[in-house]
Amino acid sequence: MQIKMKKVKIVTRRRGETTETWIDVPDTGEEGWGDVAGMKYVGQRHQRIDAVEKVTGRAKYTYDMKLPGMLYGKILRSAYPRARVVRIDASKAAALPGVKAIILPDDEGAADLLRRECRYAGQEVAAVAATTLEIAEDAMNLIEVQYTELPFVVHADKALESGAAQVQDDRPNGSEPRVNEQGDINVGFAESEVTVEAGYKTEVHTHVSLETHGSIAHWENGKLTVWASTQAISATQGGLSQFFGIPNSDVRVIKDHMGGGFGSKLGPRPEYAVAALLARKAGVPVKLMLTRKEEHITTGNRPDSFQNVKIGAKKNGKLVAYRRENFGTGGIAGRASIPGQPYLYEVPNFRVEQTDVYTHGGPQTALRAPGHPQAAFAMESVMDELAAALDMDPMAVRQMNDPDETRRNMVTLGAERFGWDKRRATPGPATGIQRGMGMGAGVWGGGGGRTKAEGVIHPDGSVEIRCGTQDVGVGTKTVIAQIAAEEFGLTLDDIIVKIGDTNYPPSGGSGGSTTCASVSPAVKNTVQMARLKLFDTFASSTFGVSPHDLEAKDGKVYVKSDPSKSMTWQQAAAQLGDEPLVVQGQWVPGLSSSGVPAVQFIEVEVNTATGVVKVVRVVAVNTSGLIMNPLLWESQVNGGVLMGIGYGLYEERIMDPRAGYMVNPNLEAYRVMGAMEIPEIEVVAYNQPERGVIGIGEPPFIPTAPAIANAVYNACGARVRAIPITPDKVLAALAERREG
Amino acid sequence: MKKFAYIDATSVDTVPSLLGRRFGQAQVLAGGTDLVGELKEYIATPDRVVNLKSIPGLDYIRQEDDGLKIGPLTTLADIETSTLINDQYSVLQQAVSAIASPQIRNVGTIAGNICQRPRCWYYRSEDFDCLKNGGDTCYSVRGVNRYHAIIGGGPCYIVHPSDSAVALMSLNASVKIQGPRGPREEMLDDFFVLPELNIMRENGLRANEFVTEIIVPASKPNTKGIYVKVRERDAIDFAMASVAVTMTMSGNTCSEATVVLGGVAPVPWRVPDVEQFLQGKQITEDVASAAAEMALREADPMSDNSYKIEMTQNIVSQAILDLA
Ligand SMILES: Cc1cc2nc3c(=O)[nH]c(=O)nc-3n(C[C@H](O)[C@H](O)[C@H](O)COP(=O)(O)OP(=O)(O)OC[C@H]3O[C@@H](n4cnc5c(N)ncnc54)[C@H](O)[C@@H]3O)c2cc1C
Repeated sequence: MQIKMKKVKIVTRRRGETTETWIDVPDTGEEGWGDVAGMKYVGQRHQRIDAVEKVTGRAKYTYDMKLPGMLYGKILRSAYPRARVVRIDASKAAALPGVKAIILPDDEGAADLLRRECRYAGQEVAAVAATTLEIAEDAMNLIEVQYTELPFVVHADKALESGAAQVQDDRPNGSEPRVNEQGDINVGFAESEVTVEAGYKTEVHTHVSLETHGSIAHWENGKLTVWASTQAISATQGGLSQFFGIPNSDVRVIKDHMGGGFGSKLGPRPEYAVAALLARKAGVPVKLMLTRKEEHITTGNRPDSFQNVKIGAKKNGKLVAYRRENFGTGGIAGRASIPGQPYLYEVPNFRVEQTDVYTHGGPQTALRAPGHPQAAFAMESVMDELAAALDMDPMAVRQMNDPDETRRNMVTLGAERFGWDKRRATPGPATGIQRGMGMGAGVWGGGGGRTKAEGVIHPDGSVEIRCGTQDVGVGTKTVIAQIAAEEFGLTLDDIIVKIGDTNYPPSGGSGGSTTCASVSPAVKNTVQMARLKLFDTFASSTFGVSPHDLEAKDGKVYVKSDPSKSMTWQQAAAQLGDEPLVVQGQWVPGLSSSGVPAVQFIEVEVNTATGVVKVVRVVAVNTSGLIMNPLLWESQVNGGVLMGIGYGLYEERIMDPRAGYMVNPNLEAYRVMGAMEIPEIEVVAYNQPERGVIGIGEPPFIPTAPAIANAVYNACGARVRAIPITPDKVLAALAERREG
Repeated sequence: MKKFAYIDATSVDTVPSLLGRRFGQAQVLAGGTDLVGELKEYIATPDRVVNLKSIPGLDYIRQEDDGLKIGPLTTLADIETSTLINDQYSVLQQAVSAIASPQIRNVGTIAGNICQRPRCWYYRSEDFDCLKNGGDTCYSVRGVNRYHAIIGGGPCYIVHPSDSAVALMSLNASVKIQGPRGPREEMLDDFFVLPELNIMRENGLRANEFVTEIIVPASKPNTKGIYVKVRERDAIDFAMASVAVTMTMSGNTCSEATVVLGGVAPVPWRVPDVEQFLQGKQITEDVASAAAEMALREADPMSDNSYKIEMTQNIVSQAILDLA
């Protein structure tokens, strides 16, 4: 073999332990991704390779799939926020023609899935499978359950009151406060010349993935195959094999297309296990997809937040002290924490105290940038209030206190594109229709690792890339094809990308904006090695050169120093004889990084007569290091901004305090933004290709809500400290302003 | 969804007997945009669904001597785009084009819109056994009542969801109703009923009656109308508050006016006092705000919906000023 290799160090951290391993990678003499500007695919705008399939409806989602003989499953859920099941009688359901399987809490294997002790309205109690969805639903309604209703509490503030119903048997509703401090806030506030103190509130936010959660489970000879709408095929495989006590190798998880997850589909979901239990009992495949209502109440949410913030600064705007006490609820899952420092800015003295609260509500789960939008809303609002109190431009106050040079540059760039200099210096009047401008910022980690991939070059020249990642709808497949096409000198159509199957080399879940930064380096490493190995079979014999002296471009392989010496890709592949070349590669350092700021500038229009706010214009500045495909990247930014507008203006889970149910588990009263609400969005890239790949899923969602709130204030002087900024809140804030 | 028999009606006359005399047993189906939702959520659980679309000739817009006649199955989209509905009825077109989304307007019908059931989130949820669903509690009273009634409520506090009904009432429209003993006609003013009269229904249709025509009388010359609707989203949202105003002007004096509020009461809420007050007045900002205040005089908000008073006052005065 004439391939030159070099050693690189891979550092992995797991549960606080760091391990270092050295691996061999091809030594091409090139660092990182090379000169992307001259490339045909990497870093270039390309339509998704599955775009036509999707827009013509040929793309099959889990929801669309049907297997021969398949049954439909339904889950009966607790009708009360807290109750004990004292009796279940499923005999009427069992007698209904078409019903093939019923599982109850006491059945074998059901204990961890179905409950006799229900802690939120919507918790799983029983499940049925029947020949049609309608029969399954009828059967579910025929299961008679007698509950003993118990006292409950569904709001975080109420759960902290003395005498509130206790959610978890072994601990109080409110956790011990977690304190994070630096310096001395008493000294800091004493030194402060201007202070602002205010309370901010954000609401529980649900994912609203277009495709609901669900799966199809199929057992064959004791082996389980699951088609799931999931962001994490590997974790789903692991979870199901553990649940059923069978080897990982006996569980295969497949996900082709999916309609979004936003963090709610990262783990082995209980409804997957229910479907598999039903399927095992019935002896035929079972499909179980959730309804929109189930989606809102059971599959996760972003916790709410109550944040009391005090901030102090010198007259020149320099921050001196910051104090925050915050709490929120993740329902029965508790955990509601947000970043534990003064978000984004440098403050010498701070103290943050956070409390997680249990309530009788559905469990929280990751949702696009967990914790950050809550933190950003309060911090970026209070910075705006501080700037007003200081009589300074809020941008200047931010820039002065922001330790991150990249973000400062992004703010400058965005302000210019947006026309921040045209912003009114003081709020407009509380009459008529007024426009105003606001800004907000955020930060996110991202970064990659832990991914393996496999490249196959067949003797006929066809190419496959296999990777056990999943495309949650963002274009992962396309990025993989781009990297391979670039390396092999082929077109996107020439690359067959196979992902979304646990039979392929493993990758992690698609969460935390990590997929692109995990998969891209692994694929790059794989195809680089595959290319060199292919060349190695003939470089010296045919051309008398080393494989490193050959290049693949435009369907040809040729000698770099003498392009007249060439052969076609097919001829090159034919040198393999009758055996395909199979190469495994993995994520390697040097091609990705993590840590990105995000900045947004927003113009709104406020109707002061009705309190209705419209977002008119957004300039979103993001950075992702090397942007693999600007077209896909921009669409992530657009999506983030739109979701951010929803979070800022429309979306909230509303619970009835007396009944303990969500009153808006639908898409009518749980408002996500519609086509008419979409503003002009200018997506601005702050380019840093030298950093390698960094994810973009989360960052563009973080700054939107506070930027809207600040723009509303700038428009008409209404300071709304709670999102969503609904008309009633705007009218109340306007009245407050008029009263002075 | 509960199982039901599906019957294609073939003529107007046969519908009453297909419906039968007991409420809840049978329900007519037009575009289905409202009814199907109620069926799926087990809010409506009829034994029979009587399809009206199988009856020929119920889809029309005609200008006749005594006014505009609209067939019950006329889609909202057809009303929105009809050139027959000229300036004097423009308030109807404004209201209809503010309903839901283009897709729903393509399918939803005008009679269905007037007869649609309320959107109260307690009523619409199978989780709550509310007064309107036959239970004994109106959950809105001590629950979350942000979108509930501020006028005319009690013991149930729904708001009437129809935009078209508000506009039609401002045009003094009436409906033709078919019953077992033939047709009758009723002003929309009398058609809708408050919960204190009948908590289970929002209008006075008997179980075996249905709407067969909407009649909009011709209005006086120099009459103009306006519909203002407040909603959080422009893409699909019911009214948080709305108002339809028509005014007949001579010069800048109002000789006659109609004012109907939407989104604030269990029925489209006509305010005759305000109509009288405006008569003979020159329309100034002061007159408009006095009228607006008068329109909401009876408002008695609950814990979360007092914002509706100011919001509605603001759009009433804006509507009046815009027409002058
Ligand atoms: C997402 C969404 C948003 C909406 N937004 C709005 C909005 O902003 N403003 C608004 O006004 N409406 C709104 N609607 C309601 C919609 O306009 C109505 O559903 C539609 O107009 C009903 O017409 P349909 O023909 O589909 O009626 P159907 O669903 O067929 O019937 C509705 C009801 O009326 C009864 N009915 C139908 N025809 C007759 C008749 N001839 N005589 C007696 N009873 C009859 C039915 O039995 C049923 O109870 C919305 C609906 C949806 C689903």
